[in-house]
Amino acid sequence: MSENHPIDHQSPEQHEREHHIVSPKVYVVILLSLLLGTGLTVWASFWELGILNPIIALAIATAKMMLVVLFFMHVKYSTKLTKLTVCAGAFTFLILVGMTLADYFTRAWGSW
Amino acid sequence: MSDSQVQAIAQVEQHEHAHPPYQRHHFETYAQQNDATNFAMWLFLLTEIMFFGGLFTAYLIYRNWYYPAFVVGSHQLDVFWGTLNTLVLICSSFTMAMGVWCAETRRRKGLVLSLSLTLLFGLAFLGIKTIEWGEKIEKHHVPGFHYSLQSFTDPASDPEVHKKYPDDKPLSLDMARHTEVYFSLYFAMTGMHALHMVIGVAILIFMIFRARAGDYTTGHVTFVENFGLYWHFVDIIWIYLFALLYLISRHP
Amino acid sequence: MNFLSKEKGLLSWLLTGDHKRIAILYLVSITFFFFIGGALAGLIRLELLTPQSDLMATDTYNKVFTMHGIIMIFFFLVPSVPATLGNFFIPMMIGAKDLALPKINLLSWYLYMAAGTLGLYTMMTGGVDTGWTFTTPLSTHYVNTNVLTTGIAVFIAGFSSIFTGLNFIVTIHKMRAPGMTWFRLPLFVWSNYAASILMVLGTPVLAIAIVLVALERTIGIGVFDPTKGGDPLLFQHLFWFYSHPAVYIMILPGMGVISETVSTFSRKRVFGYTAVAFSSVAIAVFGFFVWAHHMFIMGISNYSTLIFSLLTMLVAVPSAIKIFNWSFTLYKGSITFETPMMYTFGFMGLFTIGGLTGVFLGTSGTDIHLTETYFIVAHFHFVMVGGMLMAFLAGIHYWWPKMTGRMYPEKISQLAAVVTFIGFNFTFFPQFILGTLGMPRRYASYPPEFQILNVFSTAGATILGVGYLLPILYLTWSLKYGEIAGNNPWQATGLEWQTQSPPLTENFPEIPIMDHEAYDYEWLDGQKEKEVASVG
Repeated sequence: MSENHPIDHQSPEQHEREHHIVSPKVYVVILLSLLLGTGLTVWASFWELGILNPIIALAIATAKMMLVVLFFMHVKYSTKLTKLTVCAGAFTFLILVGMTLADYFTRAWGSW
Repeated sequence: MSDSQVQAIAQVEQHEHAHPPYQRHHFETYAQQNDATNFAMWLFLLTEIMFFGGLFTAYLIYRNWYYPAFVVGSHQLDVFWGTLNTLVLICSSFTMAMGVWCAETRRRKGLVLSLSLTLLFGLAFLGIKTIEWGEKIEKHHVPGFHYSLQSFTDPASDPEVHKKYPDDKPLSLDMARHTEVYFSLYFAMTGMHALHMVIGVAILIFMIFRARAGDYTTGHVTFVENFGLYWHFVDIIWIYLFALLYLISRHP
Repeated sequence: MNFLSKEKGLLSWLLTGDHKRIAILYLVSITFFFFIGGALAGLIRLELLTPQSDLMATDTYNKVFTMHGIIMIFFFLVPSVPATLGNFFIPMMIGAKDLALPKINLLSWYLYMAAGTLGLYTMMTGGVDTGWTFTTPLSTHYVNTNVLTTGIAVFIAGFSSIFTGLNFIVTIHKMRAPGMTWFRLPLFVWSNYAASILMVLGTPVLAIAIVLVALERTIGIGVFDPTKGGDPLLFQHLFWFYSHPAVYIMILPGMGVISETVSTFSRKRVFGYTAVAFSSVAIAVFGFFVWAHHMFIMGISNYSTLIFSLLTMLVAVPSAIKIFNWSFTLYKGSITFETPMMYTFGFMGLFTIGGLTGVFLGTSGTDIHLTETYFIVAHFHFVMVGGMLMAFLAGIHYWWPKMTGRMYPEKISQLAAVVTFIGFNFTFFPQFILGTLGMPRRYASYPPEFQILNVFSTAGATILGVGYLLPILYLTWSLKYGEIAGNNPWQATGLEWQTQSPPLTENFPEIPIMDHEAYDYEWLDGQKEKEVASVG
């Protein structure tokens, strides 16, 4: 990484990576996928699928989120640090939600 | 710039690198500045993830506890407006991404157009939100302001919704009261989201003026890029809000 | 010419981007708030001299301990080392000219001042009496004190903290000098890095908790209200999700100071550098997994209690690793007892006791008996005051000559350290006993059989007060009359010691190239030889 070398030096790959300009064609494909995903999730919500309803809705939402993060926000073309940062945020979020919910779910289990 | 600072820069530069006017003096290179500010923006987004995280936690807990109330509450929201808003925001994310591309490829007019479209979409979203909230206010479904349980204890009294969901049974008084929790979270979450949209819209207006003057199409795209990250993030929050608040159970 | 003399005038300070000036601004402000918090502590101890609630009404007492907690935590401990010593020295230690975002740094200070002003206003208009933990539904429904304004003040202070942490993380990643790899960084940098991660990821959750309390108090949404189906415990989950990592935000920078002083005053590199570095990060990561140990008796499920108790045992391990490594740094070192080292020894002993009692409390079985008693009060004062505050004083005394170019009088500063240590033990050790005997916390009155220990505690507090007052006096005195300090009065390693005292505005005349390991005393001796050779 550029941090260990004298200040101006960057590896060609990194230079290329940081200046990678995503083409509008990619954006159009992502746009269409997102619109499709929206239609899909609304359609799916009209079916009675029991416990699968929220799972499908969240799965589609997560897929849409990944497309926005990777392509619109350029994370696919970003440094490892950026990717690590995104994962750190997602991880901490899941800890908050998961461990708090774990308390609520296990209250119903009563005593040992 | 002081003498010693000039010396410091001169000593460090191994080649004749022009010192762009928008590079701050504590950075050694423009690339370093970009890198740093981009990383800083991502860290700020992390704080936003955790901020909304608290609201999502609350939502998931109460949805689990009061599922019938949440189902019936969500039927008060119009899927049409919700879906339209989702499509509007997705398009605004697209135009924002195009804006960044225009800045990167030095297309001043394209950038102004993209930012203006993004602004338009953003305002459309807020307009639709206003309509939706207006409906809630009319029907006394705002917690803390003469909240009315009637639509939930007696569905027939609400013909508009009752037609769409005729199988919705009247809730017991206890469970009907819990719809207030649903709406508390609805307003808290969409309200917090709308606040972020308003801030985004304000910054967009500022950016459009600067873009017209050509400030972002001379090689210094950081501001547009970093704002884009913010805008996409607000879009992502909505994607989840839509799935969780509107689509709980839409089957008739 | 240095950063103090470069530009003069009030505006050059209030509009500065120089991290060192911002550090000084912070130092003055947090000292001010420390003494307000300290005065409130004095009132608490005065009240507790007698078993009856006779000095003030119980409602007033509630306000006093609440404001004491809020001011000490949010306006002193959280910013103490990061905003002063961190701001000043992180750029210098990594060989940079400033932090990555100087304007955000200044904004951070203004937010702190705004929050502090609002906090003072709250105090003067009736205060708040819920305890610093704002437990619902007390804070949402049953008190009519200034919960809202206090909440806003804490919210704003939170953003001040977030911006500082964000700035540090970006700076440490992106602005290290050539050759300054991660494992050549001073451990002070590692500790502040870990604390910064906690600030960035944890503080926003406190923010949303405050927002929800505010909404509940003002418009009556029911997320924490049982009568509307809400759960008061949800507030506690959100509150402690931040407030537990907050204690690591407070202690980690202090531990960073100790890593520096223990090395300099044993003239030996820190034993197990990698272990100490990684343990900082481990504390930060694990610190996110244990928050519900503050809620064992509140109604969480038995299974949660079990898991959180287990994880609490684990989080103690990295802290213990640090104590071991510092102890082994001392072993066969060339130890001298300058003031920073005296505070360091105080830290090592008192933090160990405090940390150990934390493990007692993490064991859910014992916690059921000890929670909400003075045992808790003693535990957290041992780690925060015996630990963190001592580390802060160690750091101030260590870096004072670098920041100001002046030395303070050694004998009186050593005396102050001893007085502080004695006063501290007299104040807080009796409180462990009081806790095990069953004296509850947050009560203005208590059974008469507890009086003797309370009197001991108050007597100790008086001595402690003297111990804290002395540094204010002699440090201020030293600014004008202290001996001029050279570049490196302690013969320490670290880039900050290789340049003038006080430093230049841009820190270094030319960007240093880091070509040796951290705590490399042989390199330092080599430098001295070169200097002698060039002069002679």
